[in-house]
Amino acid sequence: MAELNESTTRNGVAPVIEPGHTFATVTDKISSIVLTRPVSNGWLVGFGVAFLITMILMYAIGYLFVRGVGIWGIDIPVGWGFAIVNFVWWIGIGHAGTLISAILLLLRQSWRNSINRFAEAMTIFAVACAGMFPVLHLGRPWLAYWLFPYPNTMNYWPQFRSPLVWDVFAVSTYATTSLLFWFVGLIPDLATLRDRAENPAARMIYGILSMGWRGSARHWSRYETAYLLLAGLATPLVLSVHTVVSFDFAIGIVPGWHTTIFPPYFVAGAIYSGFAMVLMLAIPIRKFYGLEDFITERHLQNSAKVMLATGLIVAYGYGIEAFMGWYSGNRYDAFLLWNRLHGPYHVWYFSLLACNIFIPQLLWIRKLRTSPLGLFLISFVVLTGMWLERFIIVVVSLHRDFLNSSWGMYYPTRWDWATFIGTLGFFVACMFLFLRVLPMISIFELRTLLPEAEVKPE
Amino acid sequence: MRRTATYGLMAEFDNPSDLVAAAHKTYQAGYKKIDAYSPFPIEELAEAIGFHNNGVALVVLVGGILGCLSGYLMQWWIATVSYPVNVGGRPYHSWPAFIVVTFECTILFAVLSAVFGMLALNGLPMPYHPVFNVPRFAFATKDRFFLIVFSTDPKYDGVATRAFLESLAPRTISEVPS
Repeated sequence: MAELNESTTRNGVAPVIEPGHTFATVTDKISSIVLTRPVSNGWLVGFGVAFLITMILMYAIGYLFVRGVGIWGIDIPVGWGFAIVNFVWWIGIGHAGTLISAILLLLRQSWRNSINRFAEAMTIFAVACAGMFPVLHLGRPWLAYWLFPYPNTMNYWPQFRSPLVWDVFAVSTYATTSLLFWFVGLIPDLATLRDRAENPAARMIYGILSMGWRGSARHWSRYETAYLLLAGLATPLVLSVHTVVSFDFAIGIVPGWHTTIFPPYFVAGAIYSGFAMVLMLAIPIRKFYGLEDFITERHLQNSAKVMLATGLIVAYGYGIEAFMGWYSGNRYDAFLLWNRLHGPYHVWYFSLLACNIFIPQLLWIRKLRTSPLGLFLISFVVLTGMWLERFIIVVVSLHRDFLNSSWGMYYPTRWDWATFIGTLGFFVACMFLFLRVLPMISIFELRTLLPEAEVKPE
Repeated sequence: MRRTATYGLMAEFDNPSDLVAAAHKTYQAGYKKIDAYSPFPIEELAEAIGFHNNGVALVVLVGGILGCLSGYLMQWWIATVSYPVNVGGRPYHSWPAFIVVTFECTILFAVLSAVFGMLALNGLPMPYHPVFNVPRFAFATKDRFFLIVFSTDPKYDGVATRAFLESLAPRTISEVPS
């Protein structure tokens, strides 16, 4: 896995790790963030604010349980509102974590080693946020276990011909796999923390979690095989998850949903928004924790390039949608295009085009790709754009379908906003906790990138 | 297993190249019950101590096949035997609609067998192990590399083995209490 030339500067490409680090300095620098660094005021304020926003989420959910989904803006014809928009948006964000940890591992992109850990954490927290929405949208969320096939006295089973049931399997498999993949990656680093921790309670907790890992060559051999196979399994899985999410729409007959381009275009959009979230997290983290040596300009540049490429695929998807609206000769498809451009939500559609297609083209400028502030702002724009895309797909398609008599409008209520903003707070609060208690960069994988990790022939 | 007062002799090295070379020499000297510890995976090391087939891939293959079959058979049984629902005269056994869940079950079972199979084959969780009795072993998760010859090895001899390990020029040699 280790390649000498990857960690040294050549041809003006920024290195993955700044030169001068050894096994010991890499270990100390990352583990000290968790073990010895005192809790800073910045962390307390950041976590406090995120925690308060999480409490807004709890309040919104509590009120939802008391009053029912009527507190949201959903109604006929738009029965899917914010809950599904946010579900698709959050699960898409999770995809970049799996892409970085699994697909880039298989492609031997060793630069991934310094960002995969927190990208995987991001995946897990994003999937947790995503998972809340369909359950809250059920109406009787306490019966959510009915979604799973289990023998019951009612003699009922789920309908396996429905994409919504496929989604249950895809998302729960994805959540399980992401969690296990993350945990397996953590085991050797938890052992490092166990051996470094001064505090007996911390030593005991890390000791239990690391399960007695001692770094035996036999263990590493099985570990590496298992990790590689997990990556190989997670790769088709991550592509299938957003494909199945897109089936929720594409299997239906609503104009704007019933199209074959949805699976690839959803997956590209997922990776697009996910990398934007990775950058929005990585840029402040490397600054505040002084990790510029490990999360270098190279990582920012590469993430920006992935964003640019997937953004162009998404733009192609929009283009084909518009083209098919005209070319199919189907009056409902043609109307959908007209309605997006001229209907009551046209401002949202033009904002979507600006955020997802036009503004990200600035990433062609090399200077911007290497500027943390510029990338941070563009990532914010992309995340907004991808949220708008899901809003356009869900709401604009539903609000005016085949019959004029069934047309309507959708207005999100304060509870819709409180739930959405609340999950943002929950996500950020989880990230803050993660940064304090677990190594945010994979220590053992960074060691393999150092020049001294190479075994010289005898 | 023969119970002895010592669990083995442990030599400490500075860098991965020295450890791999030492492990290689030890194995060639006839010691078969040996192990090596490193803070990160070293591909050559498992080879050097004579460990070739780790068995994880087979476990994952079996898990994946079981997941595939159980996922598909569950849907077939529910849709045709236990709870058949006639939707406009369409066939009960509508296999194309079952592919997605079959695929997800395959992945799920394979992932579970990869993780739990790897842990089980490694004998983890194992909170106590004699090697942890060596204070220097705390550096095995940081920047030091260790080689151990177990006392159960037929060729093991307290004095001769220590002399052999000395010849490999390690930083330190420690006796691991059982």
